[in-house]
Amino acid sequence: MSKAESKTVSLVPAQLWGRLRKTVLALVLPVTLVWLWQLAGTDGAIAGGALPTPDRVWAAWMKWAFGTSTFGLNPYIGTWTQSLWFSAGRVVYGFAIAIAVGVPIGMIIGWSKLASAMIDPTIQWLRPVPITAWLPISIAIFGIRDFGAVFLITIGAFYPIVINTTQGTRDVDKNWIRAALMMGAGQRDVLTRVVLPAALPSIFTGLRIGLGIAWTAVIVSEMVAVKSGLGYVLWDAYYVGRMDIVIADMVSIGLMGFLSDLLIVSIEIWALRWRRLQSFDA
Amino acid sequence: MINFSKVSKVYGGAQGVRALDQVDFSVAEGEFVALLGPSGCGKSTLLNLVAGFEKLTEGEMLFDGQAVSRPGPDRGVVFQEASLLPWLTVWENVVFGPKVQGLMRNEYEPRAHEILKIVGLEAFHKALPVQLSGGMRQRVGIARALVMQPKALLMDEPFGALDAQTRLSMQQLLLEVWQRLKTTVLFVTHDIDEAILLADRVCVMTARPGRITKEIPIDLRRPRSIDDLTNSEFTHFKAQIMTEMRGAHDPH
Ligand SMILES: Nc1ncnc2c1ncn2[C@@H]1O[C@H](COP(=O)(O)OP(=O)(O)O)[C@@H](O)[C@H]1O
Ligand SMILES: [Mg+2]
Repeated sequence: MSKAESKTVSLVPAQLWGRLRKTVLALVLPVTLVWLWQLAGTDGAIAGGALPTPDRVWAAWMKWAFGTSTFGLNPYIGTWTQSLWFSAGRVVYGFAIAIAVGVPIGMIIGWSKLASAMIDPTIQWLRPVPITAWLPISIAIFGIRDFGAVFLITIGAFYPIVINTTQGTRDVDKNWIRAALMMGAGQRDVLTRVVLPAALPSIFTGLRIGLGIAWTAVIVSEMVAVKSGLGYVLWDAYYVGRMDIVIADMVSIGLMGFLSDLLIVSIEIWALRWRRLQSFDA
Repeated sequence: MINFSKVSKVYGGAQGVRALDQVDFSVAEGEFVALLGPSGCGKSTLLNLVAGFEKLTEGEMLFDGQAVSRPGPDRGVVFQEASLLPWLTVWENVVFGPKVQGLMRNEYEPRAHEILKIVGLEAFHKALPVQLSGGMRQRVGIARALVMQPKALLMDEPFGALDAQTRLSMQQLLLEVWQRLKTTVLFVTHDIDEAILLADRVCVMTARPGRITKEIPIDLRRPRSIDDLTNSEFTHFKAQIMTEMRGAHDPH
């Protein structure tokens, strides 16, 4: 215990300097890129002037986000939040279904040799079909409606979740399971109280990969199969030649992907705090 | 309590490893038996059969008059590396058994507290296993087995991974606990001193084929303590067992 306590020392100047240095180093490349873009854009050197400069993108974004809508004539004034929530809502919905289906199936495959022999091959055969190839079927079944996007997100996120959960379940220390059985645990208790927590690190790996795919899936399906959300705006703005909105939209998608990953990582750090202590011990 | 008659265990099919060969062996109720032998001679296999972790290939094995089909709380197992659940605190590890068995809180909590006190860990009930030393972890391993009030305690080289000093204090602790509870114990070890110090009877095992070649009653008086490690009677038993083990290694 004294080990853990001795680690909580306040930041000494050297550490502070180290962090500052890291932040500065990380910023050099993006700042340079944006600066070059601004320069090139002003001179009309990029793509014959097709690309708006960063300052114009920023201005359009601010209007899109905070402008007051004028009788719905211009769809790019004050509608950003709405589009964002459409996409985010679909991601949450589809991702939740993928977890609810993927984690139990992954655990069953990892736990039972019979289930593995019966289910795993089918998953491996279906997996090479890219989510984009599911689009026509999705539209045929669900039409140009919300659930088409949710369906695609679920399929995309399902594979990494199920595969990592299976691996995590197979890797559980045999003696933990024996210990639980010895203490009178039934199969159910072993699965929920031993296998699930033990497989959690792998499951989180699957969740992070799955979430990235979920954002890809929502944008693709909104571009084709749904008439709202960031993906719809992306394609629509392109058609009417609003490249400033296109770029602002891209940055928004990236930001949402980044923030939702941060959320998962925070939950992971909280759920696996027993593991971080372990690294002190080593 | 534990009865083996002509038990064999072959791993991995017909051409597999014959880990145990025609073993006859028994442990009486309340007896402390040490199973002594070199690494790979089948000690863990024998213990795992009693625990219900493995199934025997030939012969018959009874625990408390019944054939063993699966692990259960009547046989408390203490593993070599403790094998605590690392995401649970000391307290949660100890009450895991009673909890999954659906016992009432007021039934097991006083007992869990008492046992944590016996193994000297009541101050650490909120700690996680990784925050404990190897010896403390093994005390939790013993506590979670004892809290189930098992008919027998099965211990597989429980102190084998500890440093010499910690091992001595754990042996002392186990002697005191046993003196108090008088549970049946099957204790696997490769340490001659440990076997003599703890056990009422030492069973010497040899490998290829895995057999028990000699059983030596240790009638050192109880209660014992680690001070007995240096007395002359102890040395006498040690000499006897060493001769026995040497004989088993190069037969003439
Ligand atoms: N699960 C297993 N599969 C195949 N062989 C095994 C298995 N467990 C043990 N063995 C073999 O059986 C023999 C006895 O092993 P074990 O009971 O672990 O010995 P000990 O505990 O005395 O070191 C060894 O030769 C070992 O390699
Ligand atoms: Mg062993």
